[in-house]
Amino acid sequence: MNLPSWTLLAQSVLSGVFTGALYGLLGLGIGLSWGLLRTINLAHFAFAFLSAYLCYQMVLSLHLDPMLTLLFIVPMLFLLGAGLHWLTDRFRLTPLSSLLLTFGFMGMAESAMQWFWTADPRQLASSYGDQKVRLGPLFLPIPELMTLVFAIAVTLAAYVVLRHTDLGKALRASAEDSPVAASFGINQRRNSLLLAGTCAALAGLAGVCIALTASISPSQMYAWVGVVFATVMLGGLGSALGPLVAGVVIGVSEAVTMAVTSPSWAPLVSFTLLIVILLARPGRIG
Amino acid sequence: MKLRRAPVAVLGGGLLFCALPVLRLPAFYESFLYLALYWIVLATSWNILSGYAGYFSFGHGAFFGAGVYASATLAGKLKWPFLWTLPVAALVAAAIGVGVGAVAFRVRGVRGELFALLTLAVTFVLATIVANTPIDGGPGVYLNDVPVPALGPTATSSLYLMMLAAAVATLLISWVVRFSRFGAGLFAIHDDEDAAEVMGVPTYRWKLGALAISCALAGLAGGIHALFVSYITTAETFNLTVPLTVVLMSILGGTRHWAGPAVGAVAITVLLFAFTGSSNAVLGKGAVGLILVIGILFMPEGVMRKFQRRGRAVVPDPPPVEATRTESAAVKLAPVTPGVSVSEEPVLRVRALSKSFRGLRALSQVTLEVRKGEILGLLGPNGSGKSTFINTVSGHYLPDGGEVWLDGRNIAGLPAHRIARAGIARTYQIPRPFMQMSVLDNVALAAMYAGQGLRSIEAGRDEAMRWLRFTHLDGKAGVLPTGLNLHQRKFLELARALASRPKLVLLDEVLSGLTPTETHEAVALIRRIRDQGTSIVFVEHVMDAVMALTDRIVVFDQGAMLAEGAPAEVMKRPAVVTAYLGVSYA
Repeated sequence: MNLPSWTLLAQSVLSGVFTGALYGLLGLGIGLSWGLLRTINLAHFAFAFLSAYLCYQMVLSLHLDPMLTLLFIVPMLFLLGAGLHWLTDRFRLTPLSSLLLTFGFMGMAESAMQWFWTADPRQLASSYGDQKVRLGPLFLPIPELMTLVFAIAVTLAAYVVLRHTDLGKALRASAEDSPVAASFGINQRRNSLLLAGTCAALAGLAGVCIALTASISPSQMYAWVGVVFATVMLGGLGSALGPLVAGVVIGVSEAVTMAVTSPSWAPLVSFTLLIVILLARPGRIG
Repeated sequence: MKLRRAPVAVLGGGLLFCALPVLRLPAFYESFLYLALYWIVLATSWNILSGYAGYFSFGHGAFFGAGVYASATLAGKLKWPFLWTLPVAALVAAAIGVGVGAVAFRVRGVRGELFALLTLAVTFVLATIVANTPIDGGPGVYLNDVPVPALGPTATSSLYLMMLAAAVATLLISWVVRFSRFGAGLFAIHDDEDAAEVMGVPTYRWKLGALAISCALAGLAGGIHALFVSYITTAETFNLTVPLTVVLMSILGGTRHWAGPAVGAVAITVLLFAFTGSSNAVLGKGAVGLILVIGILFMPEGVMRKFQRRGRAVVPDPPPVEATRTESAAVKLAPVTPGVSVSEEPVLRVRALSKSFRGLRALSQVTLEVRKGEILGLLGPNGSGKSTFINTVSGHYLPDGGEVWLDGRNIAGLPAHRIARAGIARTYQIPRPFMQMSVLDNVALAAMYAGQGLRSIEAGRDEAMRWLRFTHLDGKAGVLPTGLNLHQRKFLELARALASRPKLVLLDEVLSGLTPTETHEAVALIRRIRDQGTSIVFVEHVMDAVMALTDRIVVFDQGAMLAEGAPAEVMKRPAVVTAYLGVSYA
């Protein structure tokens, strides 16, 4: 093991922050749905990757700016997420069954993506890709910077909505005690559809960010599962600010590990963190 | 009768299929059957933890993969004879499984979901480790030069025979577990884990045990499969095909039946083969996902369950008795004749027992004793700590301090199942029967696990029947708890508590919600329980019953003991009156 130079270390901390922003972005949707809807949505990853591929395809064949694809992707994902929630609601699935359902959905999505885009990795070629901002000896790539900005923006928005609006209070009340909330006249069906849709829309946004910053292949979505769930658990279920903070912590630890040892060991970092979290503070979860 | 037929059928079927290689069919048939058997082993082994105990593992691919690589390393690199690698493959998989379970099962609350996610993550962590170490290193492992043990006339038939043996073993294990005391414990965990623990089931160890068996069998299948595919890569081994397919097969076949996953496995193998063939392997996973989604939505209980339902005559339940509560209908209860069988010797001594919830002192420094053969009434306003007392003594809560002596042994801080075995039983205020077990099995479970504990299901059921007669529930033995009304469920709680022949029973508001007639019956029953020598702690708000039944009462207020003594005398004390009725301003 040879210690890297300070510049390299700073650069990897920086790239850890960027990756962490993506973890936080994905974790926000999962955590909100887990904490407030009691649904563990594995389909979230499928949603994100579907969006990434859609973004890739639209840029490739329609020559759109990747940012413009959001106009189409976000509403579509909202409908998809609300639809999936309607299904679990309609069939009165238990949390475990809905987990299984989304697991099945993940398999279907992988198969579909492999069918349309093959198993080979795809890389989006966009005008953002080549641009970098220099900050002293460090480089800030534009796509990653945009991801960070998006992550901070939606995290703050989620925080404000949950804390300070009637809708946010209604959602938190429903999660706390659904029958009592219902007896206070909260329309839970509408709210939960809205929330499920929003979570999926967040997955759409995350997907576009993934397409901008990394190469994508269908089976890659599983690689995100462990690390994003570690993010959610570290950040706290249903918390708005937690996932981003936790994501950055995990992202930086991974990046430093990669710089000090070898990149292929990175997945172990989040897993180790996850185990440590579980052993140290089991009370935080649930 | 029917139960004994099952293992014979499995063995007979196994022997029959053993003869297949003699027919010298084209290798295709053996390969196809091999695949069906392979899925039978994987699905059935998954079901032993996930179906029986309800902890869904998404990491069966990890345990399977551990077996694949253990076998490949030993046979390919270290040149072990292939058959010797199989036990090691099973052991390695079991060890990894137990390690994961030891972490996941520790966390209360979202144990089920957490376990599912953790096992999913393990799959990719193992893949990372294997790909980055000399175990694989990246390019994959070739096993072409490993000699296939000559069990049959050809290599394919040898592999087929190995997997056949594994499938027969797996099915037998699945059957044995299903109809054993161990299995009954797993099913209780599935329905209500906390109640199972209180009934004396060592839930943590049982889950780990089931996980170890499940993983070992998956590892065994992996070991054999390593030789079957003969070229192994991490991408092909550690992916979601195995867990996804296995979950689907079990759900489709029925997770509560020992043969359900096997039925599902055969069906899906045939379906996948018919639909996709070999050209569209990509669509296979999608088809599996789609069938899983449809299965969960429209057939959550599986095929075998549907058959069972149809086969069994449905017993019409009598309409539940409407609870007609009239406050004026006072219950006339004869007072207990004092000093009949009560001795001065304590069965339970509680010293300075304390329990706080984040600063709220639910119990502070409670010191009391329960004497042999007495009925001790535990009174106090709502929130005074009565239920916390029961939960702490029975081990559901860990006390913050203090001692609980039962027959000269300090049981404070022991896990609930150890306390149940030591001889303390409890009932729940809101009955918590195991909803998918018959009334008889509900009671038999307590007879098998709590108290001395009976070793076999048959003995447990015999004992259970006795207590069902005692509580006049014998007519309902074969019914599921959904077919009982509240009154009968409360009696079921009593029967479960008694079946372990406890030294001490903690009754948590058994009378609440009962009609006057039902109350009358219950009081008579409680008296009969005491008459056969069991000491009782009786938490109750129904004052008539308290006065009629108890030898002594203890009054709690705000987590501390307020008064103690003979019922009539204590209830007249000003402090007690104030605690119950508030301060008089008149």
